[in-house]
This record gives sequence, C-alpha cells and structure tokens, in this order.
Amino acid sequence: MDVAEAGAIPATHAPSPAPVRGGGLLHVALVGNPNTGKSTLFNALTGMRQRVGNYSGVTVERVEGRYRDADGHPVSVLDLPGTYSLSASSPDEEIALSVLLGRAQGVARPDVVVVVADAQNLERNLFLASQVLELGLPTVIALNQVDAALAAGIRVDAIELTLELGAPVVATVATKGEGLELLKRAVAKAVGLPPAGRRFELEPEAARAVAPLEACLVRGGLNPDAAGMEALRLLAVTQIGPHLAHVEGLAAAVEAARAAVEAAGITARSLEAEARYGWIAGVVERTATQTHTGKKTLTDRIDAVALHRVWGPLLFIVLMALVFQSIFSWAAPLMDRVEALFNALGGAVGSILPPGDLRSLVVDGVIGGVGSVLVFLPQIVILFLFIGILEDTGYMARAAFIMDRFMRSVGLHGRSFIPLLSGYACAVPGVMSTRTIEAPKDRLATIMVLPLMSCSARIPIYTLLIGAFIPPVAVAGIFNLQGMTLLAMYLLGTLTALAMAAVFKKTLLKGRARPMIMELPPYRIPSPRSLAMSVGHRASLFLRRAGTVILSLTIVLWALATYPKSHAAPGTPPAAAQEEQLAHSLLGRMGHAIEPAVRPLGYDWKIGVGIVSSFAAREVFVATMGTIYGVGSADETTPALRDRLKAERHERTGLPVYTPLVAVGLMVFYVYAMMCMSTMAVVVRETGGGRKGMAWAGFQFAYMLALAYGAAFLVYRGGLALGFH
Amino acid sequence: MTERRTLASLAAGERGKVMEIGGDGDAVRRLMDLGLTRGTTIEVIRRAPLGDPMEVRLRGFMLTLRRSEAEHITVE
Repeated sequence: MDVAEAGAIPATHAPSPAPVRGGGLLHVALVGNPNTGKSTLFNALTGMRQRVGNYSGVTVERVEGRYRDADGHPVSVLDLPGTYSLSASSPDEEIALSVLLGRAQGVARPDVVVVVADAQNLERNLFLASQVLELGLPTVIALNQVDAALAAGIRVDAIELTLELGAPVVATVATKGEGLELLKRAVAKAVGLPPAGRRFELEPEAARAVAPLEACLVRGGLNPDAAGMEALRLLAVTQIGPHLAHVEGLAAAVEAARAAVEAAGITARSLEAEARYGWIAGVVERTATQTHTGKKTLTDRIDAVALHRVWGPLLFIVLMALVFQSIFSWAAPLMDRVEALFNALGGAVGSILPPGDLRSLVVDGVIGGVGSVLVFLPQIVILFLFIGILEDTGYMARAAFIMDRFMRSVGLHGRSFIPLLSGYACAVPGVMSTRTIEAPKDRLATIMVLPLMSCSARIPIYTLLIGAFIPPVAVAGIFNLQGMTLLAMYLLGTLTALAMAAVFKKTLLKGRARPMIMELPPYRIPSPRSLAMSVGHRASLFLRRAGTVILSLTIVLWALATYPKSHAAPGTPPAAAQEEQLAHSLLGRMGHAIEPAVRPLGYDWKIGVGIVSSFAAREVFVATMGTIYGVGSADETTPALRDRLKAERHERTGLPVYTPLVAVGLMVFYVYAMMCMSTMAVVVRETGGGRKGMAWAGFQFAYMLALAYGAAFLVYRGGLALGFH
Repeated sequence: MTERRTLASLAAGERGKVMEIGGDGDAVRRLMDLGLTRGTTIEVIRRAPLGDPMEVRLRGFMLTLRRSEAEHITVE
C-alpha cells in the first residue's frame, strides 16, 4: 500500500506499525474449510499464474499465485490447505497455523488473510474465521457461494456480518467470478487496519485460569492476540505442535491452565469449542435468515440412492468399473500414438545421424528411454481427470464412506481405496493421489503396498508368458485357463497388497486408528478450469521427473547394454550381432553374475539380463528378451518370440529353459518385484524427498524384491516337488 | 424423549441432543471443531452399506463417524 492510502485510514485507528510491503509485493493467504470453493476462488483470482511446490519437510502442497490489484500493485496469494480449524491436529492444519503465525520455514508471514467462508454453512465456517480473527492479522472474509445459499433459502447480510466480525465481509460467487474486484479492493484496503481480535469474552473464571498460559506464550514471542487464540487451542489438543516448540515452559503452563480451568468447574477440552460456537450462534441469528423450504435437497435425493444399502455399492462398483475400463480403453490408442511418435522420432533422428555410438545413444538411449516413460502420460492424465471429477463432485467422500469398513479390516482408512485402485492402471498416479489421505502413517502404508497392485506395465509380460506357456484349455466348462491365470496374477497382487498393508500397520507404521470424521459435502458440478489445472499440474510433475531422474537412468542402462563393445565377425546377421553385443556388454555380464542367484528359480543368465534391464520399467523385459533371442524389435504378441522361448534349451542339459512352471514363477516374480524407475522416483518425492524419501523407496524396493524372490522360489521349488515341470 | 443413550444406538431418522462427548482426544477435538458441542441437535441419516460408519446431520451439514466414536457420545 502506498503512503497516500495509508494516510486515508481514520486517525482514530492509530495504525499499528506502518505496513511494510517487501519489494512492493503484498502477501495474501487464503484459508477456509474444504469444499467452500476456496481453490476455485484462488484460480479465479490468480488465473494460470500459479506455482506449486511443497512446504519444507512435509508433503503438504504449497500453491502460490499472483494478481495485480486495481492500482497495478502485485499481490502474491498463498492458497493454504483446506482446514476446518486451526487445531493443528493434522499436517495441513499445522501448516496453515504456522504460516499464519509467521513460523513456517521459507514462507513470509501474510500481510492480509482472506478467510473463504461458505454462506450455505455459516456456523461451521465461522469457527475457523473466529480463530483467524484472533491472530493479529488484517483479515477479509470472502462469503462464497452466496448464490447456492440463496437457492437453499439462506440469506446472509454481509454488512451486518462485517459489524459483528470487525472485519470486512465481501459476498462472492467464485465459480462465476462475481465479487472478485470488490474482494481485491477490500484486500488492498485491509493492509494496516487494526486486527479484529477476539469478538467474545470468556467467563471470568475461565479467563483468569488461562491468563498465565497466555503470558507464557507472549514471553515466547507471540503477539497478545495470537497468544489468546493459542492458549484456548492448547487446552484441547493432545500435542503442542512444532511451531511452539521454542516456547519455554509451555507444557507445564498448559497443564497448569487445564487444572485451573477444571478447578473452576469447566471442561477444559470443550472450552474453546463451546465458547466459539456459543458466540457464533448469536452472530448467525443476527446476520442470517433461513426460510425452510421443507423440500429435500438434490444432494439428499442423490444420496438416497448413492449411499443406499443395495444401490450404493452397486453404483460404486459400476462407477469404478467404468473408470477402470476407460483408463484402459481410452488410454490404449493414445499410448499407441505416443509410442508411434517416439518410434517415428527415433527413425527420423536415426536417419540423420551416422551409424555409431552417438546414434545409438540418442535413438535407443534418450528417445527410446524417455518414450518408454512418456507412454504412461495418457493413463496419468485420464486417471487424474477421473479422480478430479470424483473429488470435485463430492463423490470421493462417499466412496470413502462406503469402503471404510472394508479398508479398516486391513488397518487402512476409506480414503486409501481409490489410490489403491488407481494402482491397477499405474502406480505413479496412484502414489501421487495418496495426498487425499490425511493420516501420515495411513498414507505411507498405502504408498508402500500400492505397487503390488498389478499395473498395466505388467500386462505385456503376463501376455507373453501366458500366450507361450499356458494352454488355452477350458476350466469348469466356461472359463479359459489363460484368462484364469491372468486373473490369478491380479488377485495375488491385490491380496498381497492388503495383507502387507495390515502387516505395516501392525508393525512399522503402527498407530491408533484414525477417526473417520469427514464431511459429506453437497454435490457440485466440477469447474472444468479447476479440473484442467489439477490434471495439468499432475502431468507436469510427472514430466519433470521423466525429464530428469528417469532420463539419466535410461542413459545409464543404455551404456550398460552398449559397453564394452563386442566385435562381431563381418557378415554376422544383424540380429545375431545384437545378441552377441548384449551378451558381451556390462548388462550381459551382470546377467551372468546374477545367474547363481536366479538359478534356484529355474532361470538362466538370459532371464537374468531381462530382469536387470527391466529395473527401468517392467515391460522392458519383453523388449530385452526380443534382443537376446535375436528376433529384433519384439512385443508380447510377436509369435516369433513366443516360439523362440518355447524352443530355448539349456546349454548344458538340453532341457527346455522355459517350462510352464518357470513361466508361472516368472510371472509371480513380476507380480511382486518393484521394477519401475518412474514409481521409485515418485515414491521418493511423496515420502518426504531427499534422504528420507530415498530410504522409504529403497526399503520398498528391497521388501518387494524379497517377496518376489521368495514367491518365485516357492512356486518353482514347490512345483518341482509336486511333480510339475 | 429424555432417556440417555449413545449416538451409536440411534436408528436412522432418530435425533437427539448431545449431552456428553467422550473418547479419544483428537477425535473429540475434531468433532468439537466441526460443531458437535453439548446441546447440539444431531440426526442419524443412515449407516454405510457395510453397517459402519454412520452419517449424521448437525448444524446443517452431513458428517460421518464410526461406531467407535459414536459410542462415546451421549444424547438425549
């Protein structure tokens, strides 16, 4: 704010320290309950100029954007995570509170706070607003969704509410962009206004009992307003929270205040909620009128079906099947196109460059490697589109409600269901979508088991091996043994994922069951713009990964397969030369080196090479087999590769290398093994990044490899003992 | 209806006035933040198809909670 405007503030307000705008930039934070249209408002304010990152040390998304106000001043907007209160009992709430107190690492304390409140649900929304008003920051209330409230017969008087709250209230309809200009002006004018502070008084005994605690917080550096709010909050929470860790003697002061409050005959843990809601009841009575229409709302009518004892689960299954089916059928042609594009690109570049290592590096290493990762992009986009639609319409909460009982049987939360289901398409978006799970331990357990769900990259391996070694005979008259084998692989992965989740929740990630206290928001029509932005954001996260970590790893793998060079005799057919080169390369040597380890599973060194090379991505196994067996570029449907596998004999014994038993064992190996760089890269990021993330991803890789090896061993050795071959 | 019962024992369509909220600290805190305080009227809408959790209406919005949480809430 410039000097002239500051001077316009009535002298009676005696502006607290002159507002400082670092570099002329005004920092605004948006807070609000979930489902209030806060993100829509944020998008409407900032347009496409957004940056998404993480707060340091936690996987809470940090979304920032900018706009210019009417006077042309730049304003930076931080969209804080949706929260119902500042209790700091979840990572999201903890972040919101520490940002507002100016204690979040690397985040400037906001100059102005905008509380987005849903006019349809004034009571509950005012709870958060009343906490924010006490933090000592200029605050503006965006009273959002006033149109929907009017339709429901709720009329809120914004001027009356302004007087009650001591902070400007602006009515908005974010979905239609209404009220935005007024909101921007209110934000500009709010700088330097005295903070509203507490709008109600505690009973004298309670106030006396809490006073020493407030004093302790002030000594710890909080301003008196914020200290009052924190003192009330601390009476009811079980953990003090890291942002107050520096306050000396706090734990003792909290205990003393609790005892003093209880001694006055007041329940300490309900003091804040009852005081605030008591005050709110009066405010709502004076500012809002509700004409009861008596009609059932649309949401009530939809839920009568969507949550019905019989129709509910049925609808749920149909919806999930639909999502699933579309991911496969819609993504397939797009994936083919991505593949064709990269093949064409490789061909074009290959025809320009002279034959040699450079061409091989660019075509096979860079273009081929990046292409093999980018092929997942269509699935990621489609899956996130569906997840976005489910989330934004309000159905996601219903899905969690329906599935909670089932998921709890393995120690997880209803919210874990959709990410696990996404794992059938691809673990990458599945892991990324675990952010909707609030409890960190539930989230970690979900991430740890998610890659056990058979993803689409395993399909080529299953298809190749089943096509070659499982006879297409009928089972029980109607089923086909090949189809049944495929189903068995999916079931094996799914059941193991659930079992492992139960194991993790009982051991490594042990914790009390998280409550299933969740709002079922009214159904809404999602905004295409918000959908597009969230899908775009996920896609760009993935692309950035593909461009950095994954690109470098594919180059490493290329080098392993290329060096040292073999010198094939002139006249050797290209396929044979390729085979010889692979055998001679470091990768081939690694295959030889691990042969003793994989021999108990019935594999030879060539399968060893396939396994090593498929660390990058499982389906690379099929392509490597094609190279090793000299059938050129192969995919799982190439008859030549199938026949070649069937004909392969052990060098010494002359017996077939691939028996149905080996094939089944190999499939089981791939059900369990975490052979996917893309997933590992995402797991590192989503489990905290840096060393912590690497440790989790490494642990996951190790336990899945152990499972894979153990299970393949059991299948092969057990099968042999039972007389199969 | 002035007898005291737990919220968990209420059938779909029944309502009660909250008298007492007990149980796990974090869950209680969360319920209170959402407006489930003493004196609030609460109505059971339905239970999930598998019998748990339950959906309730309070202060004009819909909330879910599990039987294990509802058992600690006394209503009248």
